[in-house]
Amino acid sequence: MKTIIAGGRVIDAAQKLDGPHDVVISGKVIEKITAPGRGRGGSKEKFRLIDAKDCVVSPGLIDMHVHLREPGYEGKETIYTGSQAAVAGGFTSIVCMANTNPVNDNQAVTGYILGRAKEALCNVYPVGATTIGLADQNMADLGELKAAGVVAYSDDGCCVMNAEMQRRIFEMAGQYDMPVLVHAEDANLAADGAMHEGFTSTELALTGIPAAAEEVMVARDILLARLAGSRLHIQHVSTAGAVELIRWAKKRKIRVTCEVTPHHFTLIDEDVGDYSTTCKVSPPLRSAADRTALQKAMADGVIDAIATDHAPHGILLKQIEFDQAANGMIGLETALGLTLLLVRTKKLSLHRALEMLTVKPAEILRLNAGSLAPGRPADVCVFNPDHTFVYNEEVIRSKSKNSPFVGWELPGKVYFTLVDGRVVYTGS
Amino acid sequence: MKLNRKDILGLKDLSVEEINLILDTADSFRDIATRKRKKVPTLQGNTVVNLFYEKSTRTRTSFEIAAKRLSADTVNFVAAESSVGKGETFIDTVKNIEAMHPDVIVVRHSSAGAPHMLAKMIKPGVINAGDGAHEHPSQALLDMSMIRDEKGGFAGLEVAIIGDIAHSRVARSNIYGLTRMGAKVRVSGPATMIPPGIERLGVTVAPTIEEALRGVDVIMMLRIQLERQARPLFSSTREYSRFFGLNEQRVRLARPDAFIMHPGPINRGVEIDSAVADSERSRILNQVTNGVAVRMALLYLVTGGGN
Repeated sequence: MKTIIAGGRVIDAAQKLDGPHDVVISGKVIEKITAPGRGRGGSKEKFRLIDAKDCVVSPGLIDMHVHLREPGYEGKETIYTGSQAAVAGGFTSIVCMANTNPVNDNQAVTGYILGRAKEALCNVYPVGATTIGLADQNMADLGELKAAGVVAYSDDGCCVMNAEMQRRIFEMAGQYDMPVLVHAEDANLAADGAMHEGFTSTELALTGIPAAAEEVMVARDILLARLAGSRLHIQHVSTAGAVELIRWAKKRKIRVTCEVTPHHFTLIDEDVGDYSTTCKVSPPLRSAADRTALQKAMADGVIDAIATDHAPHGILLKQIEFDQAANGMIGLETALGLTLLLVRTKKLSLHRALEMLTVKPAEILRLNAGSLAPGRPADVCVFNPDHTFVYNEEVIRSKSKNSPFVGWELPGKVYFTLVDGRVVYTGS
Repeated sequence: MKLNRKDILGLKDLSVEEINLILDTADSFRDIATRKRKKVPTLQGNTVVNLFYEKSTRTRTSFEIAAKRLSADTVNFVAAESSVGKGETFIDTVKNIEAMHPDVIVVRHSSAGAPHMLAKMIKPGVINAGDGAHEHPSQALLDMSMIRDEKGGFAGLEVAIIGDIAHSRVARSNIYGLTRMGAKVRVSGPATMIPPGIERLGVTVAPTIEEALRGVDVIMMLRIQLERQARPLFSSTREYSRFFGLNEQRVRLARPDAFIMHPGPINRGVEIDSAVADSERSRILNQVTNGVAVRMALLYLVTGGGN
């Protein structure tokens, strides 16, 4: 049976499309995009109608940076509960990092994740570790990981401190034509730091992590990626200096891309306030000037993609002393809303916002996703940018509730999420 | 006047009136220490729990003596330093204690902000006895009590705080308290121990210890523990004492009537020369004596006492 999403404003950055259209889905794929009201054509077939009046119809969102905690930490999240949160947030493809237990550094773990992913409500693409156990000692079998189905390599959460090791990783990843996603943070400079180094860390007497901890690694990896000629993707860029280094690299045609998280473009170090552990993340929330630089770089294209770094944690690691609390916050259900807040305040166009959430991550990871062109998988997000919702604990679908945005009123209520032509989420 | 708060978490949020109230109350308790029977019935029937997540002899003893002189029942609870991996959080532990209905919990913790988190979640009054490098209000108040006693007030007073400012809760609390009361504070120490943006707390940063000491009324030295620093913030105690230690020659840069304070325990020959620590300018032991009266005042005021 066909499905027609009718009456909405279709925005597909991949096709530079923005206007009133109907989207016709046949089975698991997009059949065509037609003028409004013409989706049915002359056909007498039965079809399912999805009313997208006043809504934006977008390719399903892609989150290229999540932690699904399975295997190993199923108390925080599973692949299934993570996918529930994803589709509620409009995401149809999510890319999960390797820091599970065991670490996804071999084909057996990759196979396990892909097996569990069959039950998920959305597409789940695993990332393989670059070093065994994320331990910076021995390179993982990168070719075998690719053959098993990973879409990129990353030691996310850790930083490969050995520059020679990192060079060899770039070289092999380049040969296998795969991107390396880098958590750029010098482990010595960051050490036991609990938040951004600045006046607020001085006030709260928390050990600071200077912006330079990120910037020296961004600089190093840009140079190493240039040396190896391979594709580098900087994860969760958080400082103005890192943005400038990436701008420098892009001007020189070095193959570098990067992502920013909604929390880094929304919050700053001062939001840690009275030791709020939900605001403890890695890299840390930075200064107001850094946030401004990130927002500008999103608009001017130096930052390619928006990714959440969705990191579920339970009470035992979050409702404790700030310096002992774990890093990370959940983000799948707030990403679209926080991005649309930037659109509301005219810092970002809606077109650019959706580009960063769809086609850009698809391009970086070469996923068959992020567009509504005929023949592409029918992964669709239908949301109303003007309808708001209050993000509270009752609506959270993630197994963990560690978000500083609890209680926020956010725009961009999601009404329908479709994966492979099937409605997997309906907002009420 | 009564204190209109259940907790004493830091000097940052205490008003001039509140600081004066605490110092005045401490003054009124001071003579109890010199009586033959060092006990008043003021807090009879109250339970004070000393919850110490970090080793401490002086502060804990001082709070315990203070509580006992006020006739409160005291319990010392010395806990493991970290709650991670125990399956129970710090809050869980304290909720257990709360279920036994104490009136005041005096807490020391190696994590900045731990007493603040606690205070929001429990009913009894919380007195911060030191949280990480953040605040140590009873120490700063006893320092201020001494300064007020000797100098008659704070307005226009020049105070130098020397040492590891970044990792000192004594420094932060004194900075908040002294600047609020109208004193002028200068800080100095190795560049690796001066935290970013400290000027925004209303202090000036002196590039050398000599500049910090010139013409000051009060010298406050901080304990330096190079052996306990996880990060390489300084080369050696020898280098430290030569460039940042207080010796007789440097003391002469201060005003002739300047006196010397140190929260203790002192490192003789490192941040302070023995001769200076034992000189008639030193008030190090007077601070300790004052501590009991100030802590009595805090216990009294958070349990609802007042004139």
